[in-house]
Amino acid sequence: MGDTPKDLRYTKDHEWARRQGSAVVVGVTSHAQEALGDVVYVELPKVGDTVTAGKPFGVIESTKAVSELFAPLSGKVVKTNDSLVDEPQLVNQDPYKAAWMIEIEPSDPKQYEGLLDAAAYEALLASGK
Amino acid sequence: MARKTPLNAAHRKLGARMVDFAGWEMPVQYTSVIAEHEAVRNQAGMFDVSHMGEIVFKGPGALETANRLLTNDLARAADGQALYSGLLNERGGFLDDVVAYRFSADHIFVCVNAANREKDFDWMRRHAVGVAPADASDDWAQLAVQGPKAAAIAQRLTAFDLSKLGTYRFTAGGVAGKQCIVSRTGYTGEDGFELYCAPGDAEALWYALLEEGQRDGLKPAGLGARDSLRTEMKYALYGNDIDEEHTPLEAGLGWIVKLDKGDFLGAEALRKQRAEGVKKRLVGFELVEPGIPRPHYPILKDGQRVGEVTSGTMGPSVKKAIGIGYVPPELAAEGSSFQVEIRGRLVAARVVKTPFWKRG
Repeated sequence: MGDTPKDLRYTKDHEWARRQGSAVVVGVTSHAQEALGDVVYVELPKVGDTVTAGKPFGVIESTKAVSELFAPLSGKVVKTNDSLVDEPQLVNQDPYKAAWMIEIEPSDPKQYEGLLDAAAYEALLASGK
Repeated sequence: MARKTPLNAAHRKLGARMVDFAGWEMPVQYTSVIAEHEAVRNQAGMFDVSHMGEIVFKGPGALETANRLLTNDLARAADGQALYSGLLNERGGFLDDVVAYRFSADHIFVCVNAANREKDFDWMRRHAVGVAPADASDDWAQLAVQGPKAAAIAQRLTAFDLSKLGTYRFTAGGVAGKQCIVSRTGYTGEDGFELYCAPGDAEALWYALLEEGQRDGLKPAGLGARDSLRTEMKYALYGNDIDEEHTPLEAGLGWIVKLDKGDFLGAEALRKQRAEGVKKRLVGFELVEPGIPRPHYPILKDGQRVGEVTSGTMGPSVKKAIGIGYVPPELAAEGSSFQVEIRGRLVAARVVKTPFWKRG
């Protein structure tokens, strides 16, 4: 589990968030992609949509299962990663970089501080939840 | 507590992810569903299918007894031939889909789905006229070696000339020194074998095949790949595509029903249904817009719900989102269009020729 990037924040639902200027980039963790198995489909919101912290913002499907993606914080979607439409396998190959999913302009930037840091997320994984 | 096959420790040693399937702890994948799927299509894959049940009819009249329970006609098979068949209730609905092996007219061996083992055995016991069935499931483990390299791999471990064993033929023989029923059958659309052996021999046989197959690219494959492979062939999965509410005629499996063979359970209902015409048909379709069809998603036409998806996946070989589902007969022809409701969104779909996958 030591490969959890230290510069990101995390949710208990296995999404990561990265500050980028005033925006926050969101994806799923390596643990999530491993648990999902081969990712074959990703459904993301449109630019301009609003997302709410803790609520689903999209869907990720593996060969077998359908799972929801949960927004780490509330705000407006300003960018989406369209390359995941044709290359959903990027989620398995490079979950923290190439497979970023959406960029959010947060409505309450302080929400970022409330997310788990790498140590807390690793502790969560170690607890098996 | 889930039941364990004799290969449970072997799966764990290989790092398999285990899931509960029909009350059994089974490997769903070892490394990746797609990689295992592709190994079966391009080289070879090996599955543990020891959870399957085996019910045996032995004694004078075994064939006649089994023939009255099953839809296919064992009298038309040769000794050493296996037949895919339905086991139906009085309404013509599937209690199970099975493979019946004719050792001789006095010895019929029926491989049944794990989830239906007790139900099937109970049904057969109550309805058998002549020879009483025996549940021999605990006497057998089963491995499936499937893929274009399967025959070459198996041949190196047996003295029997496998080129003499045709599709849906079987023989008793030694493989890697273990006594097996070697059956040229499978659930993947590829050439290959299902090997029935004693539970105590399963682990040795598994490792012998794994080692022998290594240079041919043989991989252990889990239930995930088994499902995507069979879906690409539109092979029915009991509990998804067929069940007690659906008949072989509705499921497009009229070819396993021999209404002219004499009486069998469910025949009357099927005769009636054939005369009246079926009200729904199981079709294969692909999505023509983004999405993946999944079991229980509604099928709509002109805003009306007309059917339901029974199986669906992103086909790793066909590289398309494919599905199986029941629709009214007027929407069953190739090229017919309808919509699948995916999370409230209507996604266009088109009926296509099946199997979805054919070697190019």
